[in-house]
Amino acid sequence: MEYLPNIGFVIILILGIGYFAKNVKKLIRNIKLGQDVDVSDNKSQRWKNMVMVALGQSKMVRRPIAGILHIVVYIGFIIINIEVLEIIIDGIFGTHRIGLSVLPTSVYGFLIGAFEILAVLVFVSVTLFWIRRNIIRLQRFWKSEMTSWPKNDGNNILYFEMVLMTLFLVMNATDIHFQSINSGNLISQFISPWFGDSESLLHSIERGAWWLHIIGILIFLNYLYFSKHLHILLAFPNTYYASVKPKGTLNNLEAVTKEVMLMMDPNADPFAAPAEGETEEEPAKFGASDVHDLNRVQLLNAYTCTECGRCTSACPANLTGKKLSPRKIMMDTRDRLEEVGKNIDANNGEFKDDGKQLLNDYITPEEIWACTTCNACVEECPVSINPLSIIVEMRRYLVMEQSAAPTELNNMMTNIENNGAPWPYSQMDRLNWKNE
Amino acid sequence: MSETTLTVPTMAELMVQGKQPEVLFWVGSAGSYDDRAKKITKAFVKILNKVGVSFAVLGTEESCTGDAAKRAGNEFLFQMQAVTNIEILNAYEIKKIVTACPHSFNTLKNEYPSLGGVYEVYHHTEFLHQLIKDGRLKIASNTYKGKRITFHDPCYLGRANEVYEAPRHLLKELNVELVEMKRNKRSALCCGAGGAQMFKEPEKGDMDVNVLRTEDALKTKANIIATGCPYCNTMMTDGVKFKEKEDEVAVMDVAELIANTQEL
Repeated sequence: MEYLPNIGFVIILILGIGYFAKNVKKLIRNIKLGQDVDVSDNKSQRWKNMVMVALGQSKMVRRPIAGILHIVVYIGFIIINIEVLEIIIDGIFGTHRIGLSVLPTSVYGFLIGAFEILAVLVFVSVTLFWIRRNIIRLQRFWKSEMTSWPKNDGNNILYFEMVLMTLFLVMNATDIHFQSINSGNLISQFISPWFGDSESLLHSIERGAWWLHIIGILIFLNYLYFSKHLHILLAFPNTYYASVKPKGTLNNLEAVTKEVMLMMDPNADPFAAPAEGETEEEPAKFGASDVHDLNRVQLLNAYTCTECGRCTSACPANLTGKKLSPRKIMMDTRDRLEEVGKNIDANNGEFKDDGKQLLNDYITPEEIWACTTCNACVEECPVSINPLSIIVEMRRYLVMEQSAAPTELNNMMTNIENNGAPWPYSQMDRLNWKNE
Repeated sequence: MSETTLTVPTMAELMVQGKQPEVLFWVGSAGSYDDRAKKITKAFVKILNKVGVSFAVLGTEESCTGDAAKRAGNEFLFQMQAVTNIEILNAYEIKKIVTACPHSFNTLKNEYPSLGGVYEVYHHTEFLHQLIKDGRLKIASNTYKGKRITFHDPCYLGRANEVYEAPRHLLKELNVELVEMKRNKRSALCCGAGGAQMFKEPEKGDMDVNVLRTEDALKTKANIIATGCPYCNTMMTDGVKFKEKEDEVAVMDVAELIANTQEL
C-alpha cells in the first residue's frame, strides 16, 4: 500500500503524456495531408529566424505592452517548468523535494526563490492579459471570428495559468519543511501564515496543491492540441519553415511553367502522344479549394496561429469594414483540417468525400477578393504565419479552375492577353508619352 | 516644368548602333499609358537626361510584367507575360533594370529569376539615391524649402522588398521637413490598389482603403504627399480629392520633386 501514490503518479503521467503523444501524431498526420514543399534551402538563415523570432520573440515586442507581458509569461513558464522535473522525480520515487538532497540549500533556495518571483510576475501579467481581453476589450479580441470557442479558449488559458501559479505558491507556502529552512521562500513566506499552523492540515493542503499542480500541468499539456495555445510548441518549426525570400515574392507554379514552356516551344507537338514508357501524368489542380491542395507549411501555419489578431488589426480590407480577416483565414484552415482529420479517423484512415471544402464552406470568395496583397498580415505575425499565400492559392483556383474572377478583373486580364497592358491600349502606343 | 525634348533611345535603336546602355528603364504599363503616371515617367527621364545616364527603353517591345494577373490568380497569363518579356530582355543581354513602378520592380526582381530572367533591378528612388551618392546628381535648390512632406510607403517597395530609406534620403536632400505618418515603413497602410484591386471595385465595406490612408497623410498636416508608385499616386490623389483638399495638398512622385528642383 505504501507505493500506491507512486504507482498512481506513474499511471497519471503515462496517461497524460501518452494521450498528448497520440494527438501529436495526429497533428503530424494532418499536416502531411498537405502538398510536399521544398524547405531544405537556407538552413542557417532558417535557424537564425527561429532563434530570433520564436526564441527571441523579436516580433512580439513590436507592440511593447503585449510584447513585454508575453515575454514575462514565456520566460516564467519555461523556467518554472524546471520545477516540474523535481515533481516528476519526487512522484515516481516517493521522495520529497529531491532537489534539497542533491543541491546545496543555498542553490536550491536560489532556484525556488526565482521560480516564486516569476510565478508572481506571470500571475500579474496573465491578469493584465485578462483585463485587456475582457475589461478594456481590445478590438482585435472582439472581431466576428472571436466568438464561442475561440473566445473561451483565450480566457481558459489565462485561468489555467493563474491556477497553476497559485498552486505552485500554495504548495510552497504549506510545506512545513521548506518554510523551516527559510531559503527560497521569498514570496511563499508571506502566504504561509494564511493557512494556520495545524500540521496535519498544512500537510493535506501541501499534498493537495502538489497533486493538483502536476495534474493541472498534464491537463494543460493535453489541452494544447485543442487550443490556440499550440503556438508554444509550433512557433519553433513554424518560424523555421517560414519563407526566407523577400515578402513580395509569390511562388511560380511549376505545373504552369511546364505548360507555358511547351506552348512557347516552336518544336513542341501539342498533340504528341506520350513517349514510350512514359505514363501520362494526371493534370495538376491549379490553386487550392481545400486543405489537401495547400502545402504543409501552410497547414502548419494554421495549427500555429494563436489568434492574437495582429494580422487582422493591420489588414487594410478589415480596417475598412470588408469581410476579409487574415486571422479567420488561418482559423478556417485549421477548422477544416481538423474536420478532414476526424473524417479520416472515422473512416479507417481514408478520407470520405463529405461534400464540403475550405473554399465556399468556410472561406467565401468575397473575403478572397478583398485582399490587396499588401503583406501587412505577414509582416505583423509574431510567429511568421503567411495568410496571404493561402488567399493567393484560392484566387488561383477560382481563376484557373473555375474562371470565376470578378468581371472587371477578367477585362483587365483580357487586356493583358490582347495588348500587353491592363488597359485597352495598343502595344504600338507604348512609347507615345515621349512625344506628348 | 519647361518643355525640353526628351532623349529616349530604344534598345532596338541602340542595337543597330552596336551600343549597350548602362541601364534599361522599365517604364511599365501605368508609366506608359496612364496620364498621371506618364508625368512621372517623363520627370524621371529628364533627370536621366540631365545627369547623362546612358539608358534605353524597350518601347513597343515592352509588355506588362504580369504582376496584376499573377496576384489576381492567373498564373498562366503571368508566366506567358514573364516568359515573353524575359526572351526579349535576354536577347538584348540586359543586366541592369530601373523602374518607377514598385510592382514591376518586385516582379522583375523576385519572380522572373526562377523563369530564367536574372537581372539587377532597382527602384527609381534607389537609382536616384545612388546617383547622388556617386556625385552625379546634385540637388542645390530651395524649391521645396520649408515644405512639410510625408512619404507614403508603397507596399511592394516597402514591406515586400524592405526599401524604406532610399526615398526618404532623397526627400531629405530637398531641404524639406519630412514628417512621418503614424503608420509608416513596415507598418504603413496600403493605398488599396495592390493585388489587382486597382482594376476592380472594392468589396462591400465601411469606407475605401485610399480614403483611410489619405486621412493618415492629412493628419500630418503635410503640404505634399510624396510616393514612389503610380498606383499609390492615383489612389492618394483620389483620396485627397474625396477629402476636398486638392487645393492644399499635392500628391507627387519623388522623381517629380527632384526633377522640379533641377528646373527641368
